Amino acid sequence: MPNPTKLIVDCSTGVTTEVELTDEEVAQREADAAAFAEIKAAEEAAEAAKAAAKASAEAKLAALGLTADEISALY
Amino acid sequence: MANTYTLISSSTVGSGGVSSIDFTSIPATYTDLLVKYSLRTDNANIFSLTFLYFNGSQTSYTAAKQLEGTGAAAASSSFATTYLYADDGVGNSSTANTFGNGELYIPNYAGSNNKSTSTDSVGENNATTAYSQLIAGLWGNSAAINRITFSTSGTSLTGSATKFVQYSTVYIYGIKNS
Repeated sequence: MPNPTKLIVDCSTGVTTEVELTDEEVAQREADAAAFAEIKAAEEAAEAAKAAAKASAEAKLAALGLTADEISALY
Repeated sequence: MANTYTLISSSTVGSGGVSSIDFTSIPATYTDLLVKYSLRTDNANIFSLTFLYFNGSQTSYTAAKQLEGTGAAAASSSFATTYLYADDGVGNSSTANTFGNGELYIPNYAGSNNKSTSTDSVGENNATTAYSQLIAGLWGNSAAINRITFSTSGTSLTGSATKFVQYSTVYIYGIKNS
């Protein structure tokens, strides 16, 4: 399968050419996408942990007798 | 205060689509650069990540900060990566024939200090989920920016590399402060 292509726009001449990405560019592209997925996964895991901690805290406050309105007034 | 806007160059993607758009030989004769883009890709999602590179570099994008709204929630995050994150864009699951629009501003792009950037962008989707973003970026490099590359990421619906689809556009303007 041929590599994907890119448009090269030479701003000094206005000439646009379409060429295939090199193998190195394809590899970098894949590495960048993987790195971004890793960042997003870590971010989502942190958000999930924060949400779980919040739910746990709310449950403990409710067990102490606070109403939902009283708990939400704390935020 | 900027008082001149000059179109340096533009590009409109043709019928076959392309995986990246690479502006080269950007002149150093302006004070700032403004890049306006309207992009859609053929990936399977509502959103589609677009990466930016300056001068072909894959290092020193050290301090990107993002604020994002999804239509249901707000989030913030930080990135130190091998690219500058441009936006969430629009993928093939967004409303047909719509594009994600954004603006990238690069002050003092030809100076010898590190290059700061600001980006604001929105995706278009006639549904609850639609992304909008503000991103502050930093490229820790003293070279004048003479090349800007927009790149898609990931794979398309057909399993090949994601492409910007036909009629996606990028315009680069030079701005002088006098």
